[in-house]
Amino acid sequence: MNGIHDMGGMTCYGPVIPEENEPVFHTEWEKRMFAMTMLGMGQLDTLDGFRHAVERMDPAHYLSSTYYEHWLAALETLALEKGLLTLEELATGTATEAGKGAEGPLPPEAVSAVVHGGAPTNRETGRLTPRFKAGDRVQARNLNPTGHTRLPRYVRGKNGVIAQVHGTFVYPDTNAHGKGEQPQPLYSVCFDAHELWGPDVSGTDSLYIDLWEDYLDPA
Amino acid sequence: MGNEHSHGSSAHSAAPNPYLEKHTTPEQTEALENRVRTLESLLIKKGLVSAETLDKMVETYENDIGPLNGAKVVARAWIDPAYKERLLKDATPAIAELGFSGLQGEHMVVVENTPSVHNLVVCTLCSCYPWPVLGLPPAWFKEAAYRSRSVVDPRGVLHDFGLTLDESVAVKVWDSSAEIRYMVLPERPAGTEGMGEEELVALVTRDAMLGVAKVESRVA
Repeated sequence: MNGIHDMGGMTCYGPVIPEENEPVFHTEWEKRMFAMTMLGMGQLDTLDGFRHAVERMDPAHYLSSTYYEHWLAALETLALEKGLLTLEELATGTATEAGKGAEGPLPPEAVSAVVHGGAPTNRETGRLTPRFKAGDRVQARNLNPTGHTRLPRYVRGKNGVIAQVHGTFVYPDTNAHGKGEQPQPLYSVCFDAHELWGPDVSGTDSLYIDLWEDYLDPA
Repeated sequence: MGNEHSHGSSAHSAAPNPYLEKHTTPEQTEALENRVRTLESLLIKKGLVSAETLDKMVETYENDIGPLNGAKVVARAWIDPAYKERLLKDATPAIAELGFSGLQGEHMVVVENTPSVHNLVVCTLCSCYPWPVLGLPPAWFKEAAYRSRSVVDPRGVLHDFGLTLDESVAVKVWDSSAEIRYMVLPERPAGTEGMGEEELVALVTRDAMLGVAKVESRVA
C-alpha cells in the first residue's frame, strides 16, 4: 500500500530533535500498550499483519499521534477484525462474552522465554535456491500493491547490486494477509546515492536495504 | 561538507514545523488513558493477557534490556580481534556468546565504522530496531523526521546530531526493511589504548551504535 508510513526520502518534517535523558516509556499507558501488544498481538495476527494494521491508520492521524498510539490503533483494529472484541465492547469497556478459545494468558514466568527465545523468520521450507548471488546487478520492480509490502517507493525501478544473500525468509506480502508464510530468498541490496536521489547528493554514499526475491528483476 | 552539497543537507537548519508537533491536551491524554485501560481490561477478561504478565514484560524492557548490552558487545570486539571477526561475519551467535538474544534481534548484522566508512541505521517503513542489544528505540528513531530524511540526506541528519563528516568518508545507510536488525560497531577512539573492557563499555553510547554519533575517549 502506498501509505504515509512509506516515508523514506521525504524532507518535509524538519530537523531530528533528540530528547535529553529520555525514559524507556514516557507514561503509564505507554507501558501497558507496549506489553499488551507484545503479549496479545500474536494471538490475533502475525507481526506483518500488525504492521499492516498500523499502515491502515488514517494518514493525518498517523502523523499527529505518537508511536504507542499507533500500536493502540492497530491492536484495536485487529481485535475487531479478528472477532475478539465488538465495537460495543470497546465503547462500554464491558465484555459481553468470554474469549473465543484463547488458551489462557501466559504466566509471568514465561516472559523471559518469550523475550529471549525470539521469533525467527528464516525458514528451511519454501523457495530455498536463490536466483541471485552477491555481485549480481538487479532492478527493484515497480510494484504498487494495495496490500502490505516492504518494498518502499524510493527504491522502486532503481538499479542496485546484491550485497549479500540472507537466506530464505517469511514473505510479508502474503503473511500479512493470511495467505501463508510463502518463504523466499531475501537479499541485502546496495544502491548508489546518485541512483536513488540524483546528482546533488554525495556520490560516495550508498544505501543498503533488505529486499525479497519477488521484489527484484535482473538488471 | 562541500558547498555543492549544501542544498542536500540544508534541512537541518530548518525550524521545527509547528504543525507537526504532537499537541496533546489534558483531555486527549485522558481519553487515550481511558482507551488503553479499557482495552487492557477487555483483553484480560477475554483471557489473552494477565496484569501480572504485562507488568513483567514492562519490567523486562525497563530494567534488563538496554544499550548496555550493545556496549558490552562493542567493547569485547575492540579488545578481542577473534571476537570482532566472529561478530562481523555472523553477528547473531557472536552476540549470543555474551548472553544477548531474542525478540527483534533474531537475525543480527553488525557493520563496522572505519576512518573511511560511516554506517547509519534507520527503518523508513516503521521503526525496526535491534532490541536485545539496544533496548527499545528512542522517540526520535520512530518519528517522521528521522525515518524520512536519513535515506536521502544522511549527512544532514548527522549534522542534526552535531556530527559533520568529511566528504571523503563514505556514508552507508542501512534501511531495516526486513527482519534483519543492524547495529554499528563504532570506531574505538584514540587515547583509550590503556583502558580495560569495563572502562570501554562505559564510553559506548546508544547513538554511536546507531551511527548518529562517534564514541568519545572519555565519558561525557
